[in-house]
Amino acid sequence: MKKNTNDLILKTLTQLIAFLLLGFSIYLFFAGHNAPGGGFIGGLMTASAIILMYITYGIEKIQQILPINYITMFIAGLMIATLSGVGAIMFGVPFLSQTFGYFDIPFFGETELATALIFDLGVYLAVVGVTMTIILTIATDATEDNEMNEEKVEA
Amino acid sequence: MLEQFGDNFLQIAVWVAYIGIAFSILLIVIRAVIGPTNPDRATALDAIGINMMALVGITAIDLQTNKLNDVVLVIGILLFIGTIAIAKFLEKGVIIDRNSD
Repeated sequence: MKKNTNDLILKTLTQLIAFLLLGFSIYLFFAGHNAPGGGFIGGLMTASAIILMYITYGIEKIQQILPINYITMFIAGLMIATLSGVGAIMFGVPFLSQTFGYFDIPFFGETELATALIFDLGVYLAVVGVTMTIILTIATDATEDNEMNEEKVEA
Repeated sequence: MLEQFGDNFLQIAVWVAYIGIAFSILLIVIRAVIGPTNPDRATALDAIGINMMALVGITAIDLQTNKLNDVVLVIGILLFIGTIAIAKFLEKGVIIDRNSD
């Protein structure tokens, strides 16, 4: 591997583009269920922003910045999605029923709030967790860890 | 009369664009298969993605909807990340490394 390659352009662009991607993912998440968007594609956009940071800065730095256990995130997302479905039973309607209403919120004006958003939040967390778990599991294989340990022993 | 011609003209233009993009994707697929070097193939995949974005844009004009604008953005972002991953793989041999320094 050439040691003196320099990726200054990529590192500078990532600082800008990762924030743009996170903002776009939040827009997609809230645009959901009446327009194209929703939890799944918003989660994929968030995951791609995180993957872009991992590609640019390496695993060690990003795990210092984002100390998230993605497996816990995935389980929490599944729990939220399931409990939002179970919550419908409490009101005497079938599993996974949803409702919506119009509320007057300051600064936003009259806004439509739907209980599908809670389910979407669960889907969002599950998608981010699963995507990041798969990609990081593939990226950090055992041989690489062994090589790292051998290098440390030799040093 | 003029309005009818306008509708027909839009249809004709959209179909000409569809056929042109399909033909260019065909040429790029040939480049991606026979490409002599790997950077040729990476560039060809990038160009296929750009043609996909154009195809979605033409479809949005054809269906007269603005719901497909987000799709163009999503394809562009995923294409950007994929191209960066391929470029880093060709340059360094590893996509996500332990420590980039």
